[in-house]
Amino acid sequence: TMKGSIMGVLLVLALVVQDRLAGGLELKSYDYTKYHTMDEISAWMNQMEMENPDVVSSMIYGQTYEKRNIALLKIGLNSTTPKKAIWMDCGIHAREWIAPAFCQYFVKEILGSYKTDSEVNTLLKNLDFYITPVLNMDGYNYSWIDSTTRLWRKSRTPGTGNCTCVGTDLNRNFYANWGMVGISRNCCSEIYNGPSALSEPEAKAVTDFLGMHQNQLLCYLTIHSYGQLILVPYGHPNISAPNYDELMEVGLAAAKAIKAVHGKSYRVGSSPDVLYANSGSSRDFARLIGIPYSFTFELRDEGQHGFILPEDQIQPTCEEAYKGAMSIINYVHDKNFKSAAITVTATLWTTLTALWISSTNVI
Amino acid sequence: MKTFCSVWLLLSLVELSPAPPASQEPPLACTGAPDPAPPQPETAEDMASTGDLEPTHYPARRAAQVALHYLNTHHGSPFRVFGLQQVHKASAEDVAAGGRKYKLDFSVTDWGSGSAGPALRCSADVLFPRTERHSAPKVELHCEALQQINSTAQEDDAFYQKYISPDSTVSARDIPDSFGNMSEEMQPFWRLARVAASFIMLRESSENTEFNMAKVASITQQESSEEQLMLEFVVLLHDFPSQEIVQWKLLASWSPDRGVRVLQTEWQPRCPHATKPPN
Repeated sequence: TMKGSIMGVLLVLALVVQDRLAGGLELKSYDYTKYHTMDEISAWMNQMEMENPDVVSSMIYGQTYEKRNIALLKIGLNSTTPKKAIWMDCGIHAREWIAPAFCQYFVKEILGSYKTDSEVNTLLKNLDFYITPVLNMDGYNYSWIDSTTRLWRKSRTPGTGNCTCVGTDLNRNFYANWGMVGISRNCCSEIYNGPSALSEPEAKAVTDFLGMHQNQLLCYLTIHSYGQLILVPYGHPNISAPNYDELMEVGLAAAKAIKAVHGKSYRVGSSPDVLYANSGSSRDFARLIGIPYSFTFELRDEGQHGFILPEDQIQPTCEEAYKGAMSIINYVHDKNFKSAAITVTATLWTTLTALWISSTNVI
Repeated sequence: MKTFCSVWLLLSLVELSPAPPASQEPPLACTGAPDPAPPQPETAEDMASTGDLEPTHYPARRAAQVALHYLNTHHGSPFRVFGLQQVHKASAEDVAAGGRKYKLDFSVTDWGSGSAGPALRCSADVLFPRTERHSAPKVELHCEALQQINSTAQEDDAFYQKYISPDSTVSARDIPDSFGNMSEEMQPFWRLARVAASFIMLRESSENTEFNMAKVASITQQESSEEQLMLEFVVLLHDFPSQEIVQWKLLASWSPDRGVRVLQTEWQPRCPHATKPPN
């Protein structure tokens, strides 16, 4: 009947509206204390961009093997002059779920505080943040399929030649002493470094982006788990970065900031010292092309839960890691901008003094 | 003395399955590509310094982890698992017959009591033998105040009484789940698995490995025997240097009196990366 179909249409409309509302509400109260699927994270990125158009834009800078768009959020206040930048990536290794959780938390924190917190405001004024919440999207997605895939690490590229195994360790695939140490040529190995350097589109995408923005980038942070470590370049035991001492100082300060939050100890050192030797890492590549401050964060815990960190630890882990990252970022910022401020002030005073002298006809 | 003899006898019953390569490479059966002997990750380990060691660096940490595995095999229970808190001092020296002995001063905490719990001070000698085929490290360990930490006898007994009954057939998978969740009922079983896994981690350790238990894939209670809870576990171990996940099936017994004993272990090669099973 006519009445029946009108009721039917109204019912459908009501359900659609309710669904829209629920969906909107769901997105509005995004839960940063839970792990999220790749689709949820992508939707969240769109939402961050939509809700903060003045400071957030997204950039697609590559494609994964399974043809997903690799995207980052560029966060910063608009400027008429070119800006320096900080890079952060999470989720190079699929099973390290706490890392993408941290990238999302970090974005939430700076977006939620830059209007009221002058320190964060200054950072966003002087710097752009390029943040990739999940780099290894294929692997991350795979690790969500079921409990048997949870501990996947590598990319999802099929093996080449006679290899029946899948995946390359993205963090051994970069063009940084590729293949020299801490890798395996067995393609089934978790540390298989790929048929060749940059064989993986994900590693190529980061390499291209860093290369293009090399003069802008002051700091490269890559987030992993587990181990509670802050690693400085290089992964090769016989090679030291020229600013090793400074990197150690900055790293130790970050560890101190982390400890102040919840008492967790993070060890600081080069990978061959505190963890194991390795090559082809993104951190090493960043340092090699001249990004001066390059660090790997290995978040909680130290082995009790390992990769499968319970969700009730997401919040405290993110809180401490945020302080650690900010410690480094503030150092890098102050090194590049405080002195500029001093120069401006000095110039101003010199000019005023000169004007005063000339106006009083002292000379 | 009698206890010592029976313990020794029981330990000697632990079946040594074909041990995985100490390098923790995936089993050759999974390799698609023809590969000569899988290259050992070239690290500085073979040239590791002798004398005083930096406590925050990996050689001291790995040796301390081995001491922890030993501690847990002896004092772990459904309500007690020890974790490394900090290494205070460490040194190493080469010994006759080509091994390396580490001397360690470190602190441990009970994971059950969290960060609130007291730290126990321990000292240990850990000897990594240099034999052609891998052999287990030897540990001598002393922890102060071990008897003084809060006894878990009450919980141990309650747990034992609950599950020793002939009707009990506990069976579970994926402890914890992918999100780190574990029911309260499963926690003592997870700890038992962790203690049992310590026997394997201890045995398989070398200076080139660093093991933790990633998760428990399954727990299946077997028929009790000689008043011992009998549990079959499948555990997934994580090794840091190789980043491999190594799967072991094991049969363990436990009672409040006798503690954890591991009766059988079986390495279960997996080819998780393979798109098809090896021929």
